[in-house]
Amino acid sequence: MHFAFSEDQLAITEAARDMLVDTCEGADLRKLLDSGEAMDAARWQTITEMGLVAMLAPEEAGGLGLGLVDLIGIAEAAGYVALPEPLVEQAGIAIPLLASLADNRGWLERAVGGEIVAIGHPANPFVANADSAGALLLDHDGQVHLVEREAVTLTRQESFDPFRRLFRVDWTPSAATLVTDSWGDTAERGALLAAAQLIGLGQRAINMAVDYAKDRTQFGKPIGTYQAVKHLCASAQVKVEFARPVVHAAAAEFATGGLPAQARLAHAKIAAGEAADLATRSAVQVHGAMGMTWEIDLHFHLKRAHALNYAWGTNGRHMETVIERIRTLPTGADMTFAAEVA
Amino acid sequence: MNLEYTPEQREFRKEVRAWMEANVPSASLPSFDLTREGFEAHRDWERKLNDGRWGMVTWPEELGGRGLDLIRWLIFEEEYYRANAPTRVNQNGIFLLGPTMMEFGTDEQKTRFLPRMAAGDDIWAQAWSEPGAGSDLAGVRATATRDGDHYILNGQKIWSSRAVFADWAFGLFREPGSERHQGMSLVLFPLTVEGVTRRPIERMDGEQVFAEIFLDNVRVPVSDRLGGEGEGWKVCMATAGFERGLLLRSPARYQEAVRKLIAQYERHKDELPASVGERVAKSWMDADAYALTIYAMCSRLAGGGTIGPESSTNKIFWSELDIELHQCALDILGPRAELMAGAPDSGDIGNWLDGYIFALAGPIYAGSNEIQRNIIAERMLGLPRK
Repeated sequence: MHFAFSEDQLAITEAARDMLVDTCEGADLRKLLDSGEAMDAARWQTITEMGLVAMLAPEEAGGLGLGLVDLIGIAEAAGYVALPEPLVEQAGIAIPLLASLADNRGWLERAVGGEIVAIGHPANPFVANADSAGALLLDHDGQVHLVEREAVTLTRQESFDPFRRLFRVDWTPSAATLVTDSWGDTAERGALLAAAQLIGLGQRAINMAVDYAKDRTQFGKPIGTYQAVKHLCASAQVKVEFARPVVHAAAAEFATGGLPAQARLAHAKIAAGEAADLATRSAVQVHGAMGMTWEIDLHFHLKRAHALNYAWGTNGRHMETVIERIRTLPTGADMTFAAEVA
Repeated sequence: MNLEYTPEQREFRKEVRAWMEANVPSASLPSFDLTREGFEAHRDWERKLNDGRWGMVTWPEELGGRGLDLIRWLIFEEEYYRANAPTRVNQNGIFLLGPTMMEFGTDEQKTRFLPRMAAGDDIWAQAWSEPGAGSDLAGVRATATRDGDHYILNGQKIWSSRAVFADWAFGLFREPGSERHQGMSLVLFPLTVEGVTRRPIERMDGEQVFAEIFLDNVRVPVSDRLGGEGEGWKVCMATAGFERGLLLRSPARYQEAVRKLIAQYERHKDELPASVGERVAKSWMDADAYALTIYAMCSRLAGGGTIGPESSTNKIFWSELDIELHQCALDILGPRAELMAGAPDSGDIGNWLDGYIFALAGPIYAGSNEIQRNIIAERMLGLPRK
C-alpha cells in the first residue's frame, strides 16, 4: 500500500507541466485563435518530441510502454493550461486502442509520430479534432472502424469551447474498415482522463482568482483581504483537494476492472467535474464583471471544464454506477480499495 | 503507486479483527459525558485495549505502543470502527497531547505521562479556549506566574471536552504582562488538585460533554511545562495540526457510518423517493474521498513529508461530511427523525439524531471552519492577511 507517485513519475510530470505552462499561456491561446489553425504546430512538435504522445505506446512501437498512472499528472497539466492540442486523447485513448488492434494498418506508428487519429466513441456523438486527423476511429453498432480522413464528410458543430473542434462525421462502414468488435475500455479511459483534466482546470481557475484578488483593490484594499472572497477560493480548493486523490486512485485501480473500479472512476468523474465547476464559477465571481468578459483568460478554462463535464458520460450516468456499486457490493472502512472488494 | 495491502498488512488486519471480535463489549457502554460510571466504563475499555497493546499502535513499544506506521494505524482504525468499539474517552490525550509530547516533550515527561496515557490511567482534557478567547486563541488571559521552580496558574478555561471527569488537562497560559502570541506556555496540570474548580456545561441535549475550569492559584512544577517557556503558541499549533489534519478523525469513522446509512436506506428503499439514493451515494463518495485523501497523506508522511495547511482542508471536509451523512439518515427516517431513542414507536431509528447533534459541533471545534478557510486562503493560496 503506497498511495503516492514515484520520483520518476513526478519528474516526467514536472517536465511536461513546465513545458506546457511556458508554451500555452493566455496570449498563446489567443494567437492560435486568431490564426484560425486547429493546433499550434510548434507546440505539438515539442509535445511529440518529448515523447509525451507515445508514453503509453509499446516500446516496440517507439513508445515508452508506460501506463495511465504515469499519464495522469500530465493530463492534469493539460487541463491546467487548457491545452488546445489533443495530447491526452492521443496518448491515453487513441494510441492504446490502436496498439490493441490485431491490425492497426500502420496508424499506430503514424500516431506515435504525431499524426492525429480522432475518436468517434458513441459516448460523444460529435468527434473532436476530426479536421486535424489523418484517420478516425468510428463506431458502427458498437464495433470500431478505422477510416481515413478522405473517406469521411465533416460538418462543423460550434462548441462553446473555441478550441474544441467538433464535427458530425458522415461515412459508410464496410468490412474493410472494421478493425475490432468492441471499444474495450475506451469510455473508461476517456472518463478518467477527462476527470484528470478537470482537476487541472479547477486548480488553474482558483489560481487565477487568487492572482486577481491580490491585485484588484476596492475600499482601499485588495479584495483578497476580505473573508467573503477568501472563503470562495478556499471552498473551491477543498473541492479540488478531495477530488484529486479519487482521480489518482481511479488511475491506479483502472486495471483491476469490475464494478469496484468502475464506481471509483464514476466517482472520480463526478467529483472532478463538480470541483472544476465550483472552481470556475467561483473564479468568475471573484473577477466580478470582468469574469464575464472575453478579455480575461478565465473563460477558456470555464469553457473547457463545461465541455469535459458533459463528455465521456454525464454525472447522472456515473451516479447510477456508484449507486449500483454501493447497493450490490460490500461497503465500509475495510472496503476502500477495489482490490479488497473484487 | 500501489493500492493493495501487503500480505503483512492483511495479516495485521486479521489480528486486529480477531482481537476486536473477542474483546469489544457486545452492548454499548453508557455515555462518558453523563455519569462517572459511564466514564469509568470507558476508562476500563482503554485499559483493556492497552493490555492487548492496542492503546496507541503508532507509539514506540517502550511507551506502550507497537511502533507501527501510519498505514497500519489506518488499518487498526478501520477494524476498530468496523467492530463498533467504544469511543475513545482519552482522545484528547492519545491523539492530541500524545503526538505533541513526542515532538516537544522531555524524556522524563514522555516516560512519566505517555504510558499512563496509553493505559487510560490518566484521562486528559484540553484547556485552551477561554470566554474571551475562542477563534482568537492568542487572546488567552489565564496566567502562569513563575515562582522559583513552580508556576502559579490563574484564570478560566472553557469548552473543555471530557473535563467533567478527566484527570489531567493541558492548558495554554501566559506570562503576566505578555501579549498575543508572545509569552505563552503549554502547562500540564491535574484537574483534581486544590484550586481547580470544574463546572459542567450542558449541551442542548442535556449531556455534559464539556466543562468550564476555574484555576485559583494552582501550583504546578515548571517541569510540567511542555516545550519551551514562551513557546506555547508554537506547541499549540503543532497540536492543532494533528487535531484537524489526521489523528482526531480517522476516515473509518465516516465510512462505517455510511455503511450503516446504506443499510438503513436498503431497509426503507421501497418507501423512499428515488432521489434519496443519490444522497446516500454522495455520502459514500465523500467518505471514500476522505479515506483516499488520508491514505495519500499517510503515504506522503511516510516519505518524510509533513502536515501543512492541508490539515485545514481535512477539517472542513470531515465536518461537513458528518453533517451531510447524518441529515441523509434522518431524511430516511422522515417523521421519526425527531423522536428520541426510547420513544415507544421509534423502531430502528438508531442513534442518528445523537450523531447529528454531535456533528453540528464539527464545524466549530478544533478551530471553526471559518478560521480554517482563512488558513487555506492565506497559507495554501497566498491571499493577503490584511
